[in-house]
Amino acid sequence: MKRSSYAAPYGIWMVMFTIVPLLFVVYFAFTSKTGAFTFDNFEKFMKPMYLEALFLSLKLAFFCTVICFLIGYPAAKFLASKDFSKNKSFVILILIPMWMNFLLRTYAWVGILEDTGIVNTVLEFMGLPRIQMIGTEGAVLLGMVYNFLPFMILPIYTVLKKMDTRVIEAAEDLGANPIRVFWRVTLPLSMPGVVSGITMVFMPAATTFAISRLLGNGMFWLMGDLIDYQFREISMSSGQNFGSAMSLIMMVLIIVSVGFLRRFEDKGQKKEGTKW
Amino acid sequence: MVQDMRLIELKGISKSFDDGTEALSNIDLYIRKCEFITLLGPSGCGKTTMLRIIGGFEYATTGQLLFEGKDIAAVPPYRRRVNTVFQKYALFPHMNVFDNVAFGLTLKDANELVPESRPAKNVIDGWILKMKHKRALKKEIEKRVSRMLKLVKMSGYEKRSVDALSGGQQQRIAIARALINEPEVLLLDEPLGALDLKLRREMQLELKAMQQKLGITFIYVTHDQEEALTMSDTIVVMNSGRIQQIGDPKSIYDEPKNAFVADFIGESNIYDARMIRDYRVEFCGTEFECEDAGFGENNPVDVVIRPEDWVVGNAGEGMADGVVKSVIFKGVHYEMIIELDSGDKCKVHSTVMQAEGSRVSLSVIPFNIHIMKKMQQVPPAAKEA
Repeated sequence: MKRSSYAAPYGIWMVMFTIVPLLFVVYFAFTSKTGAFTFDNFEKFMKPMYLEALFLSLKLAFFCTVICFLIGYPAAKFLASKDFSKNKSFVILILIPMWMNFLLRTYAWVGILEDTGIVNTVLEFMGLPRIQMIGTEGAVLLGMVYNFLPFMILPIYTVLKKMDTRVIEAAEDLGANPIRVFWRVTLPLSMPGVVSGITMVFMPAATTFAISRLLGNGMFWLMGDLIDYQFREISMSSGQNFGSAMSLIMMVLIIVSVGFLRRFEDKGQKKEGTKW
Repeated sequence: MVQDMRLIELKGISKSFDDGTEALSNIDLYIRKCEFITLLGPSGCGKTTMLRIIGGFEYATTGQLLFEGKDIAAVPPYRRRVNTVFQKYALFPHMNVFDNVAFGLTLKDANELVPESRPAKNVIDGWILKMKHKRALKKEIEKRVSRMLKLVKMSGYEKRSVDALSGGQQQRIAIARALINEPEVLLLDEPLGALDLKLRREMQLELKAMQQKLGITFIYVTHDQEEALTMSDTIVVMNSGRIQQIGDPKSIYDEPKNAFVADFIGESNIYDARMIRDYRVEFCGTEFECEDAGFGENNPVDVVIRPEDWVVGNAGEGMADGVVKSVIFKGVHYEMIIELDSGDKCKVHSTVMQAEGSRVSLSVIPFNIHIMKKMQQVPPAAKEA
């Protein structure tokens, strides 16, 4: 048996569940309800309502990624540092939330943030006015960051953990203080992990729908919600055609942004870039 | 030695790691300006730990580390006037050769490299001056890098990625990178360990020449005794965290202080011996005349005889007779194991081959019998058990 034939099961799986469905999406996106070729679905998308949803999705995903990076990098650095190299419990603490169901975690936040939730109960008890948190952009962003943070920490942690400490020592030896060591050696060498983390956070964040529905209280229509709505509520009419077109637009945008990131990564990292 | 010649001084340095193992115990050592000093010992003897303490990457548990008479224990590595060539080089993989070598310079204060010509007259003049200064700085860095690359014979490699270099070339870049800051002291941690024998020999001579040309102190760590003998002004032989002997190569080789040094530096025969009285020692079942005194009477001692110092003769004509057990051709000489009638085995180097199994005699002149205090090899408690 040839080595390449080991990949056959996955090949079949990919054709059946990735390539064929993708072709269906493309087919539906370019056809009307009756099956005739048309650009109508894309034209329909060019309305302010949909463009706003696209903009909001990308904006929230962008801020989510930035916040995840700002929290995740120091956390990963801390975890990878010598003091914790023997102690795996902190890494496990980061992983534990991932073992719980995604929806359950988000519902928990609803319980904390809603008008009669934990935070407002405490505020009321202290004699302070209640704050409306559910249904705000902040709440949706919080939910996203909470859910996607581990995907930022883990790849950066892995790269930092594997990094050759002698290279850091060499930089110190040549006169670099800790800040300069970070900017000129540690950060550039950890770019593969950073790019990987950004990709893994940005992609799901841009297409999420459950978080925005639960924590946005129906006030926020993100791309994920719109696509979901097209397929669930109005699939009998031209819903699946329009939904497919929106999915396709989303996909192209994500491919372009990831491709851009990879190029950036290749520039900084000639050899290491292949690791991720 | 004159006190003010001492550049670095270690006073009672000890180092224990968190798990309780003692890497160094009570090290006293001084290093003179422009000296090529080698820390020599088997792996795990503490030589790298000592280098890392001088470099600032480890802290001594007790003791003082003086640089030009001032304690620098609290000075971080990036403020020490010491640079290191790391084992396996530790070049920056994300930079090309030029950026690797220039790294140290780019961290320096720009005004230190290129002094500002004059104070700015106004804002616009300030901008122009700044631009000029920037350009002059870039030129100065390029000049210094190319001078360094020339020194290590790597001119023309500026734009290469460091991954595309061979081990020997990476080595040269690592040296250039460490030397560009014009350190007072260069620390080298087994820098030639990864090179093949021929290249290693070439680099040994080059490093020595470089050190003499630049006139800076080299502290060199190796486990290769031949390397140490070739390059050093001073050799510090270490074992299990302690200094065994300090001296120039010749005195270390000719007058080893104890059996460990004798065994580690060059090849040697070590015999259990008894000092009968001054100038008279007994080993291998025979009494020998020697040149040493002051070991008392009837005291146990170690005797070291280099393989090349045994003289082979016809049976019955020497000091002790024995049988040739094995003969190995080593290139310049034959290495023979000769078992004396007393049962002691002697390693002998000779350019004349003796047939295996033949009877021969061995003799040695008094000058070549090295007598040293018995090493405490087995702790008393272990002996009792």
